[in-house]
Amino acid sequence: MAVPGFLTRERIVAGPGFNRWLIPPAALAVHLCIGQVYATSVYKAALVKHFDTSLTAIGIIFSIAIVMLGLSAATFGTWVDRNGPRAAMFTAACFWSTGFLVGSLGIATGQLWLLYLGYGVIGGIGLGIGYISPVSTLIKWFPDRPGLATGMAIMGFGGGALIASPLSRQLMDLYDPAYDGTAGTVPSGSAVALLFLTLGLVYLVFMLFGAFIVRVPADDWRPVGFDPSKAKQKALVTTENVSAGNAIKTRQFWLLWIVLFCNVTAGIGILEQAAPMIQDFFRNGTTSAVAATAAAGFVGLLSLFNMGGRFVWSTTSDYIGRKPIYMVYLGVGLVLYVLLATIGSSATWIFVILAAVIISFYGGGFATIPAYLRDLFGTYQVGAIHGRLLTAWSAAGVAGPLIVNTVLDTRGTPGELVAGDYRPALFIMVGLLAVGFVANLLVKPVAEKWHEPKAAPSAPTQEASTVR
Amino acid sequence: MISPAGNHQPSSTPAALIAFAWTLVGVPLVYGLYQTVKTASSLFTG
Repeated sequence: MAVPGFLTRERIVAGPGFNRWLIPPAALAVHLCIGQVYATSVYKAALVKHFDTSLTAIGIIFSIAIVMLGLSAATFGTWVDRNGPRAAMFTAACFWSTGFLVGSLGIATGQLWLLYLGYGVIGGIGLGIGYISPVSTLIKWFPDRPGLATGMAIMGFGGGALIASPLSRQLMDLYDPAYDGTAGTVPSGSAVALLFLTLGLVYLVFMLFGAFIVRVPADDWRPVGFDPSKAKQKALVTTENVSAGNAIKTRQFWLLWIVLFCNVTAGIGILEQAAPMIQDFFRNGTTSAVAATAAAGFVGLLSLFNMGGRFVWSTTSDYIGRKPIYMVYLGVGLVLYVLLATIGSSATWIFVILAAVIISFYGGGFATIPAYLRDLFGTYQVGAIHGRLLTAWSAAGVAGPLIVNTVLDTRGTPGELVAGDYRPALFIMVGLLAVGFVANLLVKPVAEKWHEPKAAPSAPTQEASTVR
Repeated sequence: MISPAGNHQPSSTPAALIAFAWTLVGVPLVYGLYQTVKTASSLFTG
């Protein structure tokens, strides 16, 4: 599929002197927008009331979007790598924005299917393309610090929800004077429709800005002082390249798929249930020692650790290596989950600390995986390989809540559950993390037979002035 | 920069553009962080 000339990769190759620190904000401009998908709970109750339907019927919108994220990232990954980040960001902006506009129309006209089609399907395609669009570009600009680079972008995805939640509340307050954001009040459908319209337009401008400023490095460019042969000395880091088509035929790809699936499923187990979970852990009869407002604060705290973990742990992986950091995510995470299940209800501060660190590992797992892929498969089609791997996220998005909800359904009714009722679900997560830990242990360098043939060598261009 | 013919020409990135780009993404991020910290503080006060 050809793209217009101004979007092509050839048009955005940076010349000598370009400062690579312009690329992270370009990536953040996209990820901060698409991260809104984790802020859908803000208007969930309003949509239930507006469409006079169930919470499940509204919750499906989010599920469709996440499934479409995985599918579109897997399907369009090669296209993204071939056409470059500007074409990908532009396309993502169009889909993501159109999703909101069609969704807005659906809300305004009372057509729920339009919301499924708009935000779920069309927006979900934008999510998938947008998520992977800057990742391979950042890895190419920061071959010396790929964990830091992808951590910055994927931190933006976590940050997007932090922005969208309060912003949506304030906008709905503006569009519906009867709604003041306090518990028990629900904004009108027209306020949500106007919110969708506003977000669609704002996100379009923001993402297009990212598409406008993004650049790709020349093939022979490398940062000053960076010596790939030194990076090669690290275990598992290759200077070879593997195509996306071949990558999925390797054992390493599927081991990482299992690693990501297990890490995400375990994290979602807590995230999905965060507010009721902390209240249930400290329930005494029908009342909980943790008030609803404090539970909301706990959700906010987890969001901060989710976002911070993406940056901190991914950056740390540049120093200690990708395989060791996943040992930490999965191994230490496993221990923390056991502690949560056994002594988590002994004190609120213990519960909060354990959950916060677990969620930071969840975020770290997302942010470090592109750098892990780059280590194993090279930079050639790392975006496409990353896209295919994100199907693990989609699967985990279904499996995580399913495990927790199924266990809790068999244990009692919401509002009456206690810490012990969560134990079976938590121990299932412990088992999953153990599986992920073993999968990570088994990761070895990719066999030579999968490497792409080497191109004729060219002299690298070292930059002295601007690259830090 | 790249010329229409596709030749890479030496260029420098204006510092103002870098500052503007970081500000554009930084301001909403700080807003979101502030609002979330405010909400999270109720865990310790509420």
